[in-house]
Amino acid sequence: MSAINLDRRVVGEAASTHEATPKPATNYLNHETTIASWLLTLDHKRIGLLYLVGISLMFVLGGAFAGLIRLELMTPKGDLLTGDVYNKSFTAHGVVMIFLFLIPSIPAVLGNFLLPIMIGTKDVAFPRLNLLSFYVYAAGGVFLALALLLGGVDTGWTFYTPLSSTYANGNVMVAALGVFVIGFSSILTGLNFVVTIHRMRAPGMTWFRMPLFVWAMYATSLIQILGTPVVAITIALVGFERFLGVGIFDPRLGGDPILFQHLFWFYSHPAVYIMILPSLGVASELVSTFSRKGVFGYHIIACSSIAIAIFGFVVWAHHMFTSGLSQYAAMVFSVLTFSVAIPSGIKVFSWLATMYKGSVSLASPMIFFFGFIGLFTIGGMTGLFLSTLGTDIHLHDTYFVVAHFHYIMVGGAIMGFMGGIHYWWPKITGRMYNETLAKISAALIFVGFNFTFFPQFFLGYMGMPRRYHEYPEELQVLNVLSTVGASVLAIGYLTPGIYLPFSFFFGKKAPKNPWGATTLEWTECESPPSPHNFDHNPPVYDHVYDYSTLNKEAAVVSH
Amino acid sequence: MMVNSMFAEGFQLFPHQASTLAPSVDWLYLFIVAVNVAITVLVMVLLVAFAIIFRRKSEDDLPEPMHGNVPLEIFWTAIPTLICGVMFLWGVKVWSEIVVPPRDATELYVVGRQWMWKIQHPGGQREINAIHVPVGSNFKLIVTAEDVIHCFSIPDFRIKTDAVPGRYNQMWFNATKPGKYHIYCTEYCGTEHSRMIGWIHVMEREDYAKWLNEQAEGGDGLQGRKLFSKLQCITCHSDANKAPLLENIFRKDREIGYMDGKPVPPGTKVLADEAYLRESIRNPNAKIHRGFASPTIMPAYDRDLVTEEELLQVITYIRSLKQGETPTRTEETPTPQPITSADKASSNATEKTSGSAK
Repeated sequence: MSAINLDRRVVGEAASTHEATPKPATNYLNHETTIASWLLTLDHKRIGLLYLVGISLMFVLGGAFAGLIRLELMTPKGDLLTGDVYNKSFTAHGVVMIFLFLIPSIPAVLGNFLLPIMIGTKDVAFPRLNLLSFYVYAAGGVFLALALLLGGVDTGWTFYTPLSSTYANGNVMVAALGVFVIGFSSILTGLNFVVTIHRMRAPGMTWFRMPLFVWAMYATSLIQILGTPVVAITIALVGFERFLGVGIFDPRLGGDPILFQHLFWFYSHPAVYIMILPSLGVASELVSTFSRKGVFGYHIIACSSIAIAIFGFVVWAHHMFTSGLSQYAAMVFSVLTFSVAIPSGIKVFSWLATMYKGSVSLASPMIFFFGFIGLFTIGGMTGLFLSTLGTDIHLHDTYFVVAHFHYIMVGGAIMGFMGGIHYWWPKITGRMYNETLAKISAALIFVGFNFTFFPQFFLGYMGMPRRYHEYPEELQVLNVLSTVGASVLAIGYLTPGIYLPFSFFFGKKAPKNPWGATTLEWTECESPPSPHNFDHNPPVYDHVYDYSTLNKEAAVVSH
Repeated sequence: MMVNSMFAEGFQLFPHQASTLAPSVDWLYLFIVAVNVAITVLVMVLLVAFAIIFRRKSEDDLPEPMHGNVPLEIFWTAIPTLICGVMFLWGVKVWSEIVVPPRDATELYVVGRQWMWKIQHPGGQREINAIHVPVGSNFKLIVTAEDVIHCFSIPDFRIKTDAVPGRYNQMWFNATKPGKYHIYCTEYCGTEHSRMIGWIHVMEREDYAKWLNEQAEGGDGLQGRKLFSKLQCITCHSDANKAPLLENIFRKDREIGYMDGKPVPPGTKVLADEAYLRESIRNPNAKIHRGFASPTIMPAYDRDLVTEEELLQVITYIRSLKQGETPTRTEETPTPQPITSADKASSNATEKTSGSAK
């Protein structure tokens, strides 16, 4: 409400000095309406929406598997699912959520939609590659769906050898091929973004005038380009071993199963940062806009995203402290892992400092931001138990780890994604959603999430191993609590699935800049944007988060 | 042993501290918990406080821009770095306790396979999905796997190590509290992963010594039981009409009918000790139980048929035979025909062949 008033003020002032430039009647949503115009679009905004539909479906699918897991764990005995079905469920949950939802979530949806607009350009550097990336993603999804339909895969999303290369039943190679293909989608998107950021910035958009979301996307893209090929190579090696009998990972053929873990985590640990860095970027945008204040320590936050991306590549072996790793190597990886904690901590403190003496609005995206801070902080802090060698041995492969990474990858990443979707929804659709429902959804997610995953820290310290279909009776109370929490969480996640689509058709028309933000997509673009984003090169002559010029800028725009 | 039941049941929030390593790990854990709580509470309180104190009061609010504060930023970089440094060093200290076994530790071998743990004691005792150890002794586990990667974990001892095919990983413990504690496989290993579990039984020293002996007996007894069928003892000694049952006879008096083929006066008794049992197997006609014929149809099991070691095993088995425990005869052990001297020679020959093939 309040934010809308602000916008009216700005727009009103602008309109009074506005000359004869009529508001463009067409926007990217309505200028073409055929199905082909969507499926073959080269518009980064439409591709972003194609991804949004894709990942939303995948989120529901992955969530359904999570539901099966939590229902099974209501009782200590394996009475709902057989062991085999249970194992296939958590494998499907992990694979779908990570490769088909989390990795593409923010980069491919919000990144695609916003990155070109935020740096003041009309599209990404390679629009056709962008569309190809979507279809590569879809093709990978088809392989994974095929693997599920053929009977599922029971290796866990980590595909550890020699279980995956020799012993597993199911359709490992079909699923692995799916992951292999999806990897290329990720690489193409990352490549596109890096080139776009390097080559397509509007005049005046220097590196340190870029919004922090763009910095986060840049760091993410670097990981996608450098890390993903390694997992592709690893999958290819598993294929060689399985089909050609070349001994790489299987000790009976002279291979080393631990080698697989090194290669796998060399990608998959940085992949965690592919999932969380974009959310950190979103958080910076949210806290600035809703505190009406530039992000505290802008340069340090920008650089810390890059630092996290770089450090993320040298911590992989902390997944392997119990595997018989050399004791000196373990110490090195422990130190390096701690080094990731520092830039993450700096970000959290800087966000708090941004709110300090700010003008804090409690609009729904900010409520999601609060939830994000809460979950990300718990997730990050509990990582300290796992980087500390003395405690990791006990906690390794227990529910403590499950809770920790869900706090980061689900709590943090999805809360950030939700915050971003709610923040940019008016820009994307040109409509406002129901604020009250949005706040209720944020609260349900926060409460449900903590009820689901906080008990798992206790389960983990008690020693409950991951991926257990059955467990000892003394652990039932905490497991039931977790399942009850998961039901609340599910309602929290599904609520936006109702009011957001509803608002798309029936919501109040959104003004150009409902939140009073300073980045180009709000100040220079209509809601929803025109097919080519801008009618002119957007003027960039000042620091990105300069709220003092908000009104002046509006006047300048209107000439 | 008696505390077992109270460990397996009831609601807990913290694992048992059952090894010397557990308190070390727990103190470190609680230190990190304290740091976690302090920082998380600080962040949450500031978040809520700032949201309330600095909430937007009017639409015209325009806060002063603030781009940074170098001392503050140095402060919140340096303090976490320092805290992380302490955690790292403390972590390395505890971890070096965990990974370096004492030199005097008794070695146990642990082999994981889909889906069971096989344990081998230095005395040859073998266990599956269970380990018996005494309280207060150092044990080193040498862990490997036959098929896929497993992970041997005892949460109440705060230790685990991966069981990797083709590699030997090690871990050690010194159990401090009698009781039984969970063994889990914590590396996902296929369909029955969650059933690859077991118990470690920590026993008082004297209970453990007894267990070791029982296991030793059980080991030989088991072999003896097999021999009991293989040597066809079972064919007659399971039917009181053909031969005396051997239940509950050890260290009891036996009434004798014949000695070396000659009848003896009624009421003649001998003590059924090891020597008696041994003699009755090697040379059955030496003493015949009252009510049975002499010479007996039982063959003399000489050294070619039964080694000394096997003989001890059979005796161990007979010693352990309780009322009603005699196994029933199956198709595999048909009733033998009375053995003539010619038959005996050929039967000896066959037994020899199978014996040497062993």
